[in-house]
Amino acid sequence: MTHHKPPPPPRIALVGNPNCGKTALFNAMTGARQKVANYAGVTVERKEGLFVSPAGTRVKVIDLPGTYSLRARSPDEEVTRDVVLGRMEDEEVPEAIVCVADATNLRLNLRLVLELKKLDRPIILALNMMDEAEKQGMTIDAAELSAALGIPVVPTVAIQTGGVQALLDQIDRTIQVAETEGFAPVHAQCGWSEPNAHDLRDYHREVERIIALSVTSPTRPHLATHRIDTVLLHPAAGLAILLTLLFLMFQAVFTWARLPMELIDGGLTLVKGLVDANMADGPLRSLLTDGVIAGVGSVVIFLPQILVLFLFIQILEDSGYMARAAFLLDRLMGGVGLHGRAFIPLLSSFACAVPGIMAARTIENRADRIATIMIAPLMTCSARLPVYTLIIAAFVPQRDVLGGWVGLPGLVMFALYAAGILSGLIVAFVLKRTILHGAREPLLMQLPAYRLPRPRNVALGLFERAKAFLTRAGTTIFALMVVIWFLASYPGAPEGATEPAIHYSIAGMIGHFLEPVLAPIGFNWQIAVALVPGMAAREVAVGVLGTIYALSDSGDSLRSSLGGLLAASWSLPTALSLLAWYVFAPQCIATLGVVRRELNSLVWPAVMFVFLTGLAYLAAFTTYRVAVAVLGG
Amino acid sequence: MHNHARHKAGHGVKLGSLGKKARAEIVGLDETGIATPLQAGELERRLIEMGLVEGAVIEVLHEGFPRRDPMAVRVSDHTVALRRAEANAVIVQVIEE
Repeated sequence: MTHHKPPPPPRIALVGNPNCGKTALFNAMTGARQKVANYAGVTVERKEGLFVSPAGTRVKVIDLPGTYSLRARSPDEEVTRDVVLGRMEDEEVPEAIVCVADATNLRLNLRLVLELKKLDRPIILALNMMDEAEKQGMTIDAAELSAALGIPVVPTVAIQTGGVQALLDQIDRTIQVAETEGFAPVHAQCGWSEPNAHDLRDYHREVERIIALSVTSPTRPHLATHRIDTVLLHPAAGLAILLTLLFLMFQAVFTWARLPMELIDGGLTLVKGLVDANMADGPLRSLLTDGVIAGVGSVVIFLPQILVLFLFIQILEDSGYMARAAFLLDRLMGGVGLHGRAFIPLLSSFACAVPGIMAARTIENRADRIATIMIAPLMTCSARLPVYTLIIAAFVPQRDVLGGWVGLPGLVMFALYAAGILSGLIVAFVLKRTILHGAREPLLMQLPAYRLPRPRNVALGLFERAKAFLTRAGTTIFALMVVIWFLASYPGAPEGATEPAIHYSIAGMIGHFLEPVLAPIGFNWQIAVALVPGMAAREVAVGVLGTIYALSDSGDSLRSSLGGLLAASWSLPTALSLLAWYVFAPQCIATLGVVRRELNSLVWPAVMFVFLTGLAYLAAFTTYRVAVAVLGG
Repeated sequence: MHNHARHKAGHGVKLGSLGKKARAEIVGLDETGIATPLQAGELERRLIEMGLVEGAVIEVLHEGFPRRDPMAVRVSDHTVALRRAEANAVIVQVIEE
């Protein structure tokens, strides 16, 4: 008996300029939860969603990276070109294209429409942000536009309930027509070929003609963006504001997150107390308290800090400020050979190097892109925050400096971030002068109008982050912690042992084995044990220290906090040396994996691993030796 | 295309030489002599794609730091940021107030 599979749902591709609100439209159509941002090219991954049309058809929507042309200048835009041309492997050409255009800014969008028309496929033009255009007093004659372009044109307001109804209805009609006429053959020859400058000028003239017919200029042009930029792009004030913003961001990571972190800490202590009170002493209780609560708990506690960091990044992205930051820093970053656009991947790397490295796809030139990718792990990622916070809390006194404006811990944290940035710039400078030399790609970037970030989008973004972090803590980190607990607990201490049991365990043996290599930089065997699983996930290092010290605790001291334990058992030079190590922290496996995938090379991840480990060892060694000389061992 | 661009270029100045608040009409594109890693003709095409094309009226809105680089230029109803080095490929005629 043969099964007839239902025919695959028709597929619609969303294509448009960067910042046309394409992702918001995608969200409105599919309800998919993903990032909406305002910076050119933030949608670097292919996003797909399903919706049921008003007529009851299941339709698949693909959200493609923003582009000005099918002439793909960056890896990011190649995705768009390959999908709509049907050149993508394992990917059928979409049945219809929805070209999304920002109604307040039609010229560049319409040029893309004219180019897309050459594909000879069904196209719908969605005039997005119609509310904004009306507010500015623009009138757009959709019927006239439709007649001039020869394709259906529908106004949409992606951020309004029901704002995409007209588009959904039109999709139904387009699919129906395509079905009755039969879908075009999948790999049909299309009429598109790369336009030359002459073709582009022709397109441009045609766009001007169409606009003259169907669009009136705004009677109340939006001046707010220009006024805001007069300040935010000011050579002196703008840079000062950018630096202040970054500084505030790192201060907020500490101050805003303090209360929720104390609450989580209190909750963990409570649970530990309950377990201790209600369970008989034994391996299971030890696994729960020393492995799960001390290990996973010491990672989960950093959730508030990570969320504060992402909150800032999300708001900067959604508001359109990121392109301004690239503008402000282009010349300065050019000093070390980096592209202004490298700012976005690098800023994202403060959250996590993996999305940061992927965001580097918007950089067109391969040498520029490699340089950016290579220094991305030097931007202190949020996974290193737990390590920094733990050590700073244990060793840096809570004192106000600069007349009470800034706390000393916050200042040390800022210095650590600054050290990462500075070394990143130096590495970029060296790379661009040696193996990656060459002129920089042109900047040529649109500065989008400022938009108020939508609380719902920001909340959705943060929710996604929290979910991802907790899932990771509940799976990867949990599993690692159980393994570590086992390694740190067995075999038990021999008869008449003088040291805590962990000394004789497998973990203890590994630590002692590595100790000679790490002794010159002041690391003890406990740190050596923590560094190994720290490769899988940096924050695990903290969890491992939590478990090791929980198990080493002889019992007569009842210090509950790991910080207190560390302050008592490490010297200050050791703590400083570990901080220096983590500025360069030979990055996690995930980072190396994404570098291999993005650059399609085994050489670059190997280079990255070697140079980062070398730098980390060198920095830790120098820090330790200087600290010992100054402070005494 | 180059011939067409150059013959108009004689009357104009380079966009990269303009200061803040200057208004001008684009009269030609000429990428010869511009240091760029791009293939010949590519810079010209990218400029056109960003709306920097003959006939467009532009206004210099903002300047970066240091050396007033890059520059933000309003082109019809959008704003484009570009470096002065590449802006020199755009030949304009200044509109006097």
